[in-house]
Amino acid sequence: MTDTIDVVINGEPRTIAPGVTLLELLAELALDPRAVVVEHNRQIVRRPALGDVRVAPGDAIELVHFVGGG
Amino acid sequence: MVGTGKYPDNETMVRAIDASGAEIVTVAVRRVDLDRSKDTSVLHHLDSKRFFLLANTAGCYTATDAVRYARLGREAGFNDFVKLEVIGDEETLLPDVQGLLEATKILVKEGFKVLAYTNEDLVTALRLEDAGCAAVMPLASPIGSGLGLLNPFSVRTIKRRLRVPVVVDAGVGTASDACVTMEQGVDGILMNTAIAAAQHPIAMARAMRLAVDAGRAAFLAGRMPRREVAFPSSPTEGMLD
Repeated sequence: MTDTIDVVINGEPRTIAPGVTLLELLAELALDPRAVVVEHNRQIVRRPALGDVRVAPGDAIELVHFVGGG
Repeated sequence: MVGTGKYPDNETMVRAIDASGAEIVTVAVRRVDLDRSKDTSVLHHLDSKRFFLLANTAGCYTATDAVRYARLGREAGFNDFVKLEVIGDEETLLPDVQGLLEATKILVKEGFKVLAYTNEDLVTALRLEDAGCAAVMPLASPIGSGLGLLNPFSVRTIKRRLRVPVVVDAGVGTASDACVTMEQGVDGILMNTAIAAAQHPIAMARAMRLAVDAGRAAFLAGRMPRREVAFPSSPTEGMLD
Protein backbone atom coordinates (compact mmCIF):
# COMPACT_ATOMS: atom_id res chain seq x y z
CA MET A 1 0.00 0.00 0.00
CA THR A 2 1.65 3.23 -1.14
CA ASP A 3 1.17 6.56 0.54
CA THR A 4 1.51 8.54 -2.65
CA ILE A 5 1.09 8.04 -6.37
CA ASP A 6 2.99 9.54 -9.30
CA VAL A 7 1.08 11.57 -11.84
CA VAL A 8 1.87 14.26 -14.37
CA ILE A 9 0.20 17.63 -13.93
CA ASN A 10 0.74 20.29 -16.58
CA GLY A 11 3.69 18.34 -17.92
CA GLU A 12 5.44 18.09 -14.55
CA PRO A 13 5.76 14.88 -12.51
CA ARG A 14 4.08 15.20 -9.14
CA THR A 15 3.34 12.92 -6.22
CA ILE A 16 -0.09 13.14 -4.71
CA ALA A 17 -2.21 11.18 -2.28
CA PRO A 18 -3.82 8.08 -3.85
CA GLY A 19 -7.50 8.15 -4.70
CA VAL A 20 -8.08 11.91 -4.62
CA THR A 21 -10.77 13.22 -6.88
CA LEU A 22 -10.02 15.90 -9.45
CA LEU A 23 -12.09 18.31 -7.39
CA GLU A 24 -9.97 17.61 -4.31
CA LEU A 25 -6.83 18.00 -6.39
CA LEU A 26 -7.94 21.46 -7.52
CA ALA A 27 -8.59 22.40 -3.89
CA GLU A 28 -5.12 21.18 -2.90
CA LEU A 29 -3.64 23.34 -5.65
CA ALA A 30 -5.76 26.31 -4.55
CA LEU A 31 -7.53 26.49 -7.89
CA ASP A 32 -11.10 27.61 -8.40
CA PRO A 33 -12.97 24.95 -10.44
CA ARG A 34 -14.93 27.70 -12.15
CA ALA A 35 -11.77 29.32 -13.49
CA VAL A 36 -10.02 26.19 -14.70
CA VAL A 37 -10.71 23.58 -17.38
CA VAL A 38 -9.55 20.06 -16.56
CA GLU A 39 -8.32 17.50 -19.03
CA HIS A 40 -7.71 14.02 -17.60
CA ASN A 41 -5.81 11.60 -19.82
CA ARG A 42 -6.73 13.68 -22.85
CA GLN A 43 -10.42 13.78 -21.95
CA ILE A 44 -12.10 16.94 -20.78
CA VAL A 45 -13.83 16.39 -17.46
CA ARG A 46 -16.88 18.60 -17.10
CA ARG A 47 -17.16 20.64 -13.95
CA PRO A 48 -20.05 18.69 -12.36
CA ALA A 49 -18.09 15.45 -12.76
CA LEU A 50 -14.85 16.64 -11.14
CA GLY A 51 -15.86 15.17 -7.80
CA ASP A 52 -16.54 11.78 -9.37
CA VAL A 53 -13.21 11.17 -11.09
CA ARG A 54 -10.41 9.69 -8.99
CA VAL A 55 -6.81 10.16 -9.98
CA ALA A 56 -4.85 6.97 -10.71
CA PRO A 57 -1.07 6.36 -10.93
CA GLY A 58 0.38 7.55 -14.22
CA ASP A 59 -2.50 9.87 -15.02
CA ALA A 60 -1.78 12.93 -17.16
CA ILE A 61 -3.73 15.95 -16.04
CA GLU A 62 -3.86 19.29 -17.78
CA LEU A 63 -5.23 22.33 -15.99
CA VAL A 64 -5.83 25.23 -18.35
CA HIS A 65 -7.39 28.66 -18.28
CA PHE A 66 -7.78 31.77 -20.42
CA VAL A 67 -4.83 34.14 -20.76
CA GLY A 68 -4.31 37.20 -22.88
CA GLY A 69 -3.94 36.49 -26.58
CA GLY A 70 -4.67 37.81 -30.07
CA MET B 1 -12.51 43.02 -32.14
CA VAL B 2 -9.37 43.23 -30.06
CA GLY B 3 -6.91 40.80 -28.61
CA THR B 4 -5.83 40.74 -25.00
CA GLY B 5 -2.19 39.80 -25.46
CA LYS B 6 1.06 41.74 -25.15
CA TYR B 7 -0.17 44.66 -23.07
CA PRO B 8 2.37 46.21 -20.69
CA ASP B 9 -0.02 45.65 -17.78
CA ASN B 10 -3.60 44.67 -17.08
CA GLU B 11 -4.83 48.15 -16.32
CA THR B 12 -3.63 49.41 -19.70
CA MET B 13 -5.28 46.43 -21.35
CA VAL B 14 -8.65 47.13 -19.75
CA ARG B 15 -8.54 50.85 -20.51
CA ALA B 16 -7.39 50.29 -24.08
CA ILE B 17 -10.11 47.76 -24.80
CA ASP B 18 -12.62 50.18 -23.34
CA ALA B 19 -11.30 53.03 -25.51
CA SER B 20 -11.41 50.86 -28.61
CA GLY B 21 -15.14 50.30 -28.37
CA ALA B 22 -14.65 46.61 -29.09
CA GLU B 23 -17.27 44.20 -27.82
CA ILE B 24 -15.49 40.99 -28.75
CA VAL B 25 -12.12 40.14 -27.23
CA THR B 26 -9.94 37.15 -27.99
CA VAL B 27 -8.24 35.04 -25.34
CA ALA B 28 -5.79 32.17 -25.51
CA VAL B 29 -5.97 28.81 -23.74
CA ARG B 30 -2.86 27.96 -21.71
CA ARG B 31 -1.76 25.89 -18.75
CA VAL B 32 -2.33 27.35 -15.33
CA ASP B 33 0.99 28.29 -13.77
CA LEU B 34 0.94 26.16 -10.66
CA ASP B 35 3.93 27.91 -9.15
CA ARG B 36 2.32 31.32 -9.06
CA SER B 37 0.60 32.21 -5.84
CA LYS B 38 -2.06 34.23 -7.65
CA ASP B 39 -4.34 33.06 -10.44
CA THR B 40 -3.19 34.71 -13.65
CA SER B 41 -6.36 34.20 -15.62
CA VAL B 42 -7.24 37.13 -17.82
CA LEU B 43 -10.82 36.78 -16.59
CA HIS B 44 -9.82 38.56 -13.40
CA HIS B 45 -9.51 41.74 -15.40
CA LEU B 46 -12.20 41.37 -18.01
CA ASP B 47 -15.91 41.45 -17.32
CA SER B 48 -17.23 38.38 -19.08
CA LYS B 49 -20.71 39.87 -19.00
CA ARG B 50 -19.59 42.96 -20.84
CA PHE B 51 -17.35 41.36 -23.46
CA PHE B 52 -17.89 38.41 -25.74
CA LEU B 53 -14.90 36.14 -25.09
CA LEU B 54 -13.59 34.53 -28.25
CA ALA B 55 -11.15 31.72 -27.46
CA ASN B 56 -8.40 31.22 -30.01
CA THR B 57 -6.24 28.22 -30.90
CA ALA B 58 -3.04 30.26 -31.07
CA GLY B 59 0.15 28.22 -31.08
CA CYS B 60 -1.44 25.18 -32.73
CA TYR B 61 0.37 23.72 -35.72
CA THR B 62 -1.85 20.73 -36.34
CA ALA B 63 -5.57 20.17 -36.72
CA THR B 64 -5.44 17.74 -33.79
CA ASP B 65 -3.97 20.38 -31.49
CA ALA B 66 -6.34 23.08 -32.67
CA VAL B 67 -9.36 20.83 -32.10
CA ARG B 68 -8.06 19.96 -28.62
CA TYR B 69 -7.63 23.62 -27.70
CA ALA B 70 -10.99 24.61 -29.16
CA ARG B 71 -12.72 21.98 -27.02
CA LEU B 72 -10.89 23.22 -23.92
CA GLY B 73 -11.86 26.79 -24.75
CA ARG B 74 -15.50 25.87 -25.11
CA GLU B 75 -15.44 23.98 -21.84
CA ALA B 76 -14.65 27.23 -20.02
CA GLY B 77 -18.32 27.76 -20.57
CA PHE B 78 -18.82 31.03 -22.34
CA ASN B 79 -19.87 30.22 -25.88
CA ASP B 80 -19.45 27.91 -28.87
CA PHE B 81 -17.28 30.28 -30.85
CA VAL B 82 -13.63 29.72 -31.66
CA LYS B 83 -11.09 31.74 -33.57
CA LEU B 84 -9.40 28.87 -35.33
CA GLU B 85 -5.70 29.13 -36.02
CA VAL B 86 -3.68 26.29 -37.50
CA ILE B 87 -0.23 27.63 -38.18
CA GLY B 88 2.03 26.35 -40.93
CA ASP B 89 5.23 28.35 -40.44
CA GLU B 90 6.83 29.62 -37.25
CA GLU B 91 8.56 32.62 -38.76
CA THR B 92 5.58 34.09 -40.57
CA LEU B 93 2.77 32.43 -38.58
CA LEU B 94 0.97 31.92 -41.87
CA PRO B 95 -1.84 29.39 -41.72
CA ASP B 96 -1.59 25.74 -42.71
CA VAL B 97 -4.51 25.51 -45.08
CA GLN B 98 -4.85 21.75 -45.01
CA GLY B 99 -4.87 21.65 -41.23
CA LEU B 100 -7.26 24.57 -41.12
CA LEU B 101 -9.80 22.85 -43.37
CA GLU B 102 -9.48 19.59 -41.47
CA ALA B 103 -9.97 21.25 -38.09
CA THR B 104 -12.86 23.32 -39.42
CA LYS B 105 -14.76 20.25 -40.57
CA ILE B 106 -14.31 18.49 -37.23
CA LEU B 107 -15.28 21.51 -35.16
CA VAL B 108 -18.28 22.44 -37.29
CA LYS B 109 -19.56 18.89 -36.83
CA GLU B 110 -19.22 19.34 -33.06
CA GLY B 111 -21.35 22.45 -33.16
CA PHE B 112 -18.65 25.10 -32.92
CA LYS B 113 -19.05 28.45 -34.62
CA VAL B 114 -15.69 28.60 -36.38
CA LEU B 115 -14.06 31.90 -37.29
CA ALA B 116 -11.08 30.84 -39.36
CA TYR B 117 -7.85 32.83 -39.50
CA THR B 118 -6.80 32.39 -43.10
CA ASN B 119 -4.50 33.72 -45.81
CA GLU B 120 -5.32 36.04 -48.71
CA ASP B 121 -6.30 33.25 -51.10
CA LEU B 122 -9.89 33.44 -52.35
CA VAL B 123 -10.12 29.72 -53.03
CA THR B 124 -9.09 28.87 -49.48
CA ALA B 125 -11.70 31.28 -48.16
CA LEU B 126 -14.36 29.66 -50.35
CA ARG B 127 -13.36 26.19 -49.14
CA LEU B 128 -13.58 27.35 -45.54
CA GLU B 129 -17.04 28.73 -46.19
CA ASP B 130 -18.07 25.44 -47.82
CA ALA B 131 -16.73 23.61 -44.77
CA GLY B 132 -19.14 25.55 -42.58
CA CYS B 133 -17.16 28.44 -41.13
CA ALA B 134 -19.25 31.14 -39.49
CA ALA B 135 -16.77 33.75 -40.71
CA VAL B 136 -13.45 33.90 -42.48
CA MET B 137 -10.62 36.06 -41.24
CA PRO B 138 -8.04 36.81 -43.91
CA LEU B 139 -4.83 38.36 -42.70
CA ALA B 140 -3.75 41.85 -43.67
CA SER B 141 -0.10 40.87 -43.12
CA PRO B 142 1.69 38.56 -40.67
CA ILE B 143 0.59 38.52 -37.05
CA GLY B 144 2.33 41.23 -35.06
CA SER B 145 4.13 42.62 -38.11
CA GLY B 146 2.33 45.96 -38.28
CA LEU B 147 2.77 45.93 -42.05
CA GLY B 148 -0.82 46.87 -42.69
CA LEU B 149 -2.99 45.69 -45.56
CA LEU B 150 -0.54 44.24 -48.07
CA ASN B 151 -3.09 42.98 -50.56
CA PRO B 152 -6.25 45.11 -50.72
CA PHE B 153 -7.32 43.38 -53.92
CA SER B 154 -7.40 39.96 -52.32
CA VAL B 155 -9.33 41.14 -49.27
CA ARG B 156 -11.79 43.03 -51.46
CA THR B 157 -12.24 39.95 -53.62
CA ILE B 158 -12.83 37.68 -50.65
CA LYS B 159 -15.43 40.07 -49.28
CA ARG B 160 -17.13 40.32 -52.65
CA ARG B 161 -17.39 36.56 -53.12
CA LEU B 162 -18.15 35.14 -49.71
CA ARG B 163 -21.58 35.02 -48.11
CA VAL B 164 -20.32 34.72 -44.52
CA PRO B 165 -18.87 37.73 -42.70
CA VAL B 166 -15.28 38.64 -43.47
CA VAL B 167 -13.18 40.06 -40.66
CA VAL B 168 -9.57 40.95 -41.36
CA ASP B 169 -7.27 39.53 -38.69
CA ALA B 170 -3.56 40.24 -38.19
CA GLY B 171 -1.02 42.75 -39.36
CA VAL B 172 -2.77 46.06 -38.85
CA GLY B 173 -0.20 48.51 -37.46
CA THR B 174 -1.73 51.94 -37.19
CA ALA B 175 -4.93 53.85 -37.80
CA SER B 176 -4.53 54.31 -41.54
CA ASP B 177 -4.18 50.54 -41.94
CA ALA B 178 -7.47 50.03 -40.15
CA CYS B 179 -9.15 52.69 -42.26
CA VAL B 180 -7.89 51.29 -45.56
CA THR B 181 -8.94 47.81 -44.48
CA MET B 182 -12.49 48.89 -43.67
CA GLU B 183 -12.64 50.72 -47.01
CA GLN B 184 -12.42 47.33 -48.72
CA GLY B 185 -15.91 46.64 -47.44
CA VAL B 186 -15.08 44.02 -44.82
CA ASP B 187 -17.27 43.45 -41.81
CA GLY B 188 -14.67 44.15 -39.18
CA ILE B 189 -11.10 43.92 -38.05
CA LEU B 190 -9.36 41.98 -35.30
CA MET B 191 -6.26 43.67 -33.99
CA ASN B 192 -4.03 43.20 -30.99
CA THR B 193 -0.40 44.26 -31.39
CA ALA B 194 -1.33 47.54 -33.11
CA ILE B 195 -2.87 48.70 -29.86
CA ALA B 196 -0.90 46.78 -27.24
CA ALA B 197 2.51 47.65 -28.67
CA ALA B 198 1.79 51.31 -29.41
CA GLN B 199 3.68 53.87 -27.33
CA HIS B 200 0.35 54.90 -25.83
CA PRO B 201 -2.07 52.00 -26.21
CA ILE B 202 -5.14 53.80 -24.92
CA ALA B 203 -4.61 56.69 -27.33
CA MET B 204 -4.05 54.24 -30.18
CA ALA B 205 -7.23 52.38 -29.26
CA ARG B 206 -9.13 55.65 -29.58
CA ALA B 207 -7.48 56.32 -32.93
CA MET B 208 -8.41 52.87 -34.14
CA ARG B 209 -12.01 53.38 -33.18
CA LEU B 210 -12.12 56.54 -35.26
CA ALA B 211 -10.27 54.87 -38.13
CA VAL B 212 -12.61 51.91 -38.27
CA ASP B 213 -15.61 54.23 -38.27
CA ALA B 214 -14.06 56.44 -40.96
CA GLY B 215 -13.15 53.52 -43.18
CA ARG B 216 -16.59 52.02 -42.90
CA ALA B 217 -18.28 55.37 -43.59
CA ALA B 218 -16.06 55.93 -46.63
CA PHE B 219 -16.90 52.50 -47.96
CA LEU B 220 -20.62 53.09 -47.54
CA ALA B 221 -20.29 56.51 -49.17
CA GLY B 222 -18.98 54.87 -52.33
CA ARG B 223 -15.56 56.25 -53.25
CA MET B 224 -14.83 58.13 -56.46
CA PRO B 225 -13.21 56.10 -59.25
CA ARG B 226 -9.45 56.07 -59.59
CA ARG B 227 -7.98 57.40 -62.85
CA GLU B 228 -4.54 57.57 -64.36
CA VAL B 229 -4.87 61.13 -65.66
CA ALA B 230 -6.06 64.39 -64.14
CA PHE B 231 -9.59 65.74 -64.28
CA PRO B 232 -9.73 69.44 -63.33
CA SER B 233 -11.84 70.46 -60.35
CA SER B 234 -12.29 74.07 -61.58
CA PRO B 235 -14.11 74.95 -64.84
CA THR B 236 -12.06 75.16 -68.04
CA GLU B 237 -14.37 77.80 -69.56
CA GLY B 238 -14.25 81.47 -68.68
CA MET B 239 -10.48 81.71 -68.65
CA LEU B 240 -9.00 85.18 -69.47
CA ASP B 241 -7.26 85.77 -72.83
